[in-house]
Amino acid sequence: MTMRIETCVGIDLGSTTTKAVVLDPDQKVLGRGITNSRSNYDVACKVALGEALINARFALIDGRLQHAGVDAARRQGLLQQFELAFREQQYRSQLRSLAERLHHHAVRTGLGTATLRALEHIAAQMSDESAGLFRLGVARKSDFFRDLAGSRYIELAEALARDGVHAFDPLVGLFDKAILEVENSTEAVGTFAEHARASMARAGDPLLQQAVAQVSEIELEQRTCVGTGYGRQRLPFPEKLIRSEILCHGLGAHAMFPATRTVLDIGGQDTKAIQVDEHGIVTSFQMNDRCAAGCGRYLGYIADEMNLGLHELGPMAGKACRTVRINSTCTVFAGAELRERLSLGEKREDILSGLHRAIVLRAMSLLARSGGVQEQFTFTGGVAKNSAAIKALRDLVRENYGERTLNISPDSIYTGALGAALFAWREVQRQNETTAEVMS
Amino acid sequence: MTDTAADQTRGRPAITKDASQERQKAMIASHFTRLARAPETGDKCAYTFVPGNLTELLNSFGVLPVLPEINALQSGMRGKSRDYIGLAEKLGHSEDVCTYVKCDIGMLKSGNIGPTGERLPSPDLLLLSYTGCFTFLKWFELLAQEYSCPIVMLHVPYQGDGVITDSMRRYVVDQLKKKVIPALERISGRAYDEDLLKEQLARSARAEDDLVWVLESAKHRPSPIDAYFGGVYYIGPIFTAFRGTQDAIEYYRELRAEIEERLRLHKGPVTPDGELGEERYRVVVEGPPNWTSFRQFWQMFSEEGACVVASTYTKVGGVYDNGFRHDPSRPLETLAEYCMGCYTNLNLPTRVQMIARYVQDYSADGFLINSVKSCNSFSAGQLMILREVEQRTGKPGGFIESDLVDPRYFSASNIKNRLESYFQMIAQKRAGAQ
Repeated sequence: MTMRIETCVGIDLGSTTTKAVVLDPDQKVLGRGITNSRSNYDVACKVALGEALINARFALIDGRLQHAGVDAARRQGLLQQFELAFREQQYRSQLRSLAERLHHHAVRTGLGTATLRALEHIAAQMSDESAGLFRLGVARKSDFFRDLAGSRYIELAEALARDGVHAFDPLVGLFDKAILEVENSTEAVGTFAEHARASMARAGDPLLQQAVAQVSEIELEQRTCVGTGYGRQRLPFPEKLIRSEILCHGLGAHAMFPATRTVLDIGGQDTKAIQVDEHGIVTSFQMNDRCAAGCGRYLGYIADEMNLGLHELGPMAGKACRTVRINSTCTVFAGAELRERLSLGEKREDILSGLHRAIVLRAMSLLARSGGVQEQFTFTGGVAKNSAAIKALRDLVRENYGERTLNISPDSIYTGALGAALFAWREVQRQNETTAEVMS
Repeated sequence: MTDTAADQTRGRPAITKDASQERQKAMIASHFTRLARAPETGDKCAYTFVPGNLTELLNSFGVLPVLPEINALQSGMRGKSRDYIGLAEKLGHSEDVCTYVKCDIGMLKSGNIGPTGERLPSPDLLLLSYTGCFTFLKWFELLAQEYSCPIVMLHVPYQGDGVITDSMRRYVVDQLKKKVIPALERISGRAYDEDLLKEQLARSARAEDDLVWVLESAKHRPSPIDAYFGGVYYIGPIFTAFRGTQDAIEYYRELRAEIEERLRLHKGPVTPDGELGEERYRVVVEGPPNWTSFRQFWQMFSEEGACVVASTYTKVGGVYDNGFRHDPSRPLETLAEYCMGCYTNLNLPTRVQMIARYVQDYSADGFLINSVKSCNSFSAGQLMILREVEQRTGKPGGFIESDLVDPRYFSASNIKNRLESYFQMIAQKRAGAQ
C-alpha cells in the first residue's frame, strides 16, 4: 500500500525570491525550496514548491537511513552524494531544455548554420562540464539555473566572439529569450522520481537505493497552502488562505526562536520592524513607505556598481579599517556617493562598510518607530545572510538599546514561508475540528 | 456626468444617493453659482480657511466665503491636482511644499475654475482666519501678490497649556473688533449687526447638535456611519459656507433622520461598493484622508470589513464633541473659542487624550494614523501620539503615509499591504494564539 504523508505548505512570494516550506503533521519542517521570482508568479510558486518537496524527500530518505541504523556521518555522506547526483540530473534536464529553446529561436529568427553550430558548441561544452559543477567540494556561484547557466553561457559566447567565430550580441539575444521559457516551464525542472532514478547509478549503496525507492513511492498529500509576500494577491488561493508577510514573519521568527519579541526583516524591496508577544502574535509593526531606500535591492545595486557578486559584499566590508560615512539613503544617490568616494581615493572596503551601516541606520529608525528592540531580537530576510549588515546591526543595537540577544537562523530567508506554513497547519486543525463536530 | 452615470459606465454598482446627499450637492452648487455670478451681482467674497472659520460673521455681512483648501481637495478628487501641482512647481514652488497650496496656485493660474466648473471670483478680502498653520500665512502672502485686495490676519493663540485662558479669549475678540469687523464693514459697505450674528450663531448651535448626534451614532454596533470616509461629507456644510444658515439646519436634520433609520434597521454604513456587510473591524483614524485616491483608499477599508468609528479629521474645522456649541449670548467670545478650539490648535497631550477617549468610547479595535509629511499641522508629533495612545488603551496603532492631493505620493500597493497587515494583526490578536 502506498504510504501517504499529509503536508501543510507555506509560500512566500517575494520580490526577489520565492520560498516554500513544507510541514509534516507535527509542524516539523519537512522541506524548504527557493527559486528566483519571475514575471510568472504561478510558475515561481510551483518551482519553489517543487524544490521544497524534493528537499522533503531528501529528509525522508535521511529518516529511512536512520531507521535502518546508518550512523549520522555515513548518512550525511550518502545523502550528499545522492543530492549532488540528483542536482546534476536536474541541471542537465534544464540544460537540454535550454539547448532546445535556443535552437528553436535561432531557426525562427532565420539565423544561419553558423549560429546553430555555435549554439551546439556551447550546449555541448556546458553539458560536458555538468558533472564537474556537481562534485563534492565544488563551490557554485548560485543555486539558480538562470545564474549558473547564464554566467557560463556568456563566458562561452564571449570566447566565440573573441576568436572571431560568432558575434556576441545575437547569441546573448537568443539566451535572453530562451532562458525565460526554461524558467517558466515546470517541465524543464523534471520530477523527483525521474531524477532519482537517473541518480541511482551514482548512488551505489544498496541501503541508499532501498531508501530512495521507498521514498519515491510516498505520496506527499498537500492538505492546505497559505500564501504570503508581495505577490500574494496573485497567488491562486482563496482569500482566507492569504496572510500578510508581517504576520508570517512574526510567527515564523517565533517558531524559530520562541523568546523573540522584536523581529527585523530586510527583504528585497521592504524593511519591516515587528514586535511580537509570547505567542508570536504581532503587536506592532512599521514598514518603509513611499521609498524603498535601505532595502535589499540597495545592496544589489551597490554590488552591480562595484562589479561584485551580492554574496561578496559582506566579506569585503568585513575587511574595512574604518567606516566611511555615507549620507545618502537614496539607492541611486548612494551609488553616486560611492563613485565620488572611490575617486577621492577611499578604499572599497571602507566605503562598503559605510554603505552597510547606512542601510542598517534606516532599519534602526523603523525599529524605533515600532517600539524599539526588545529581548530577544531576531533578524530575518535575505540581508540577514550578509555578515557586514549583521555587524552594523549588532553595533547599532548595542549603542541604542544595550545588550540584546541577536538570533539569526541559517534558514532565515524562509521565515515568512515558515510562518505561512504554520498558518496553513492551523487552518487544517480548524478544518479537522469542524469535521469532528459535524461527525458528532 | 453624474457620479451614478460615471459608476455605471465603469461597471460599478450604482449607489442610490440619500436625500441629504442630494440636498448637500444642491447647496454647494447654488453657493458656487452665487460665487460665479458675484462679479455681476456685486456680492463680495472673502478667501479664508476651514480651521476655526468665521462663517457666521462673514454671512452676517453678506460676504461669501471661498475656501482654497476645499477647492484643492475637490481638485484632488476630480483628478485635476496633478496638473495644477505640476504647474505650480514649474512656477518655482518646491516639491516639499504643502500640496494644497500648490494645487490652489495651479488652479488659480489655470483660470481659477472651481469644483463645479464655474469660475471663482477674485477675492475682495483675504481673511487669514487661522494662524496655527504657518503654511497658511505663506499661502496668503502668495495670494496677496496675485490680487489687489486687503488682507487681514487673525492671530489665533495655540492651546499650548491645553486650555483657553481669559487673556487668550480677550486677545482674539480684540482682533475681531479692531481688525476683522472693520475690514468686513469696509468691503461690504454694511455696519456690524450683532443681532444678525446672534441669529446665525443660534442656528449654528442647532445644526451642531444634530452633527454631533450623527458622529456619535458610530458608538452603536454595527455603526450606521463611517465617521471618516462618510464623515468628510457630513462635515461639508458645517465647515464651509453654510454654518449659521437655515439650509444647514435642514441638512443636518435630514441626515440625522436617515441615520436614525439606518440605526433602527441595524444597517452599516454605505461605502463606494454599497452597504458594508459584516463590521469586522472598528477603528479610529487620525489625520486627513488622501483625496486623489479617495475611493480606492476607502475600498481598502471596506473590502476588509473595516469601519472608521471616529476620526480627528472631522474635527479639523472645530471640535464639538467636548460640549462646545456656538453661544449666541456671547457672540464674539464664542467665535474666539471656536477658533482656538479647532483640532490642530490643540496641544499634543490633548490630542492624545482625545484619540484615547475615542478608542474607548467607540469600542474600537485600534487606531490608524494617516501621516501626510507635507502637512506639519497634523503630522508633527504623530509618532509620539501613536506610542502614547497604544500605551493608554492597550489597542494596536497602525501607521500609513500618503499625501493630501499629490497623486505621486499615494503608493496604493504599499498602503494596501500595510492596511491588510494591520487588520490581520487585529484579527490574530482577537483569535489569540490559535
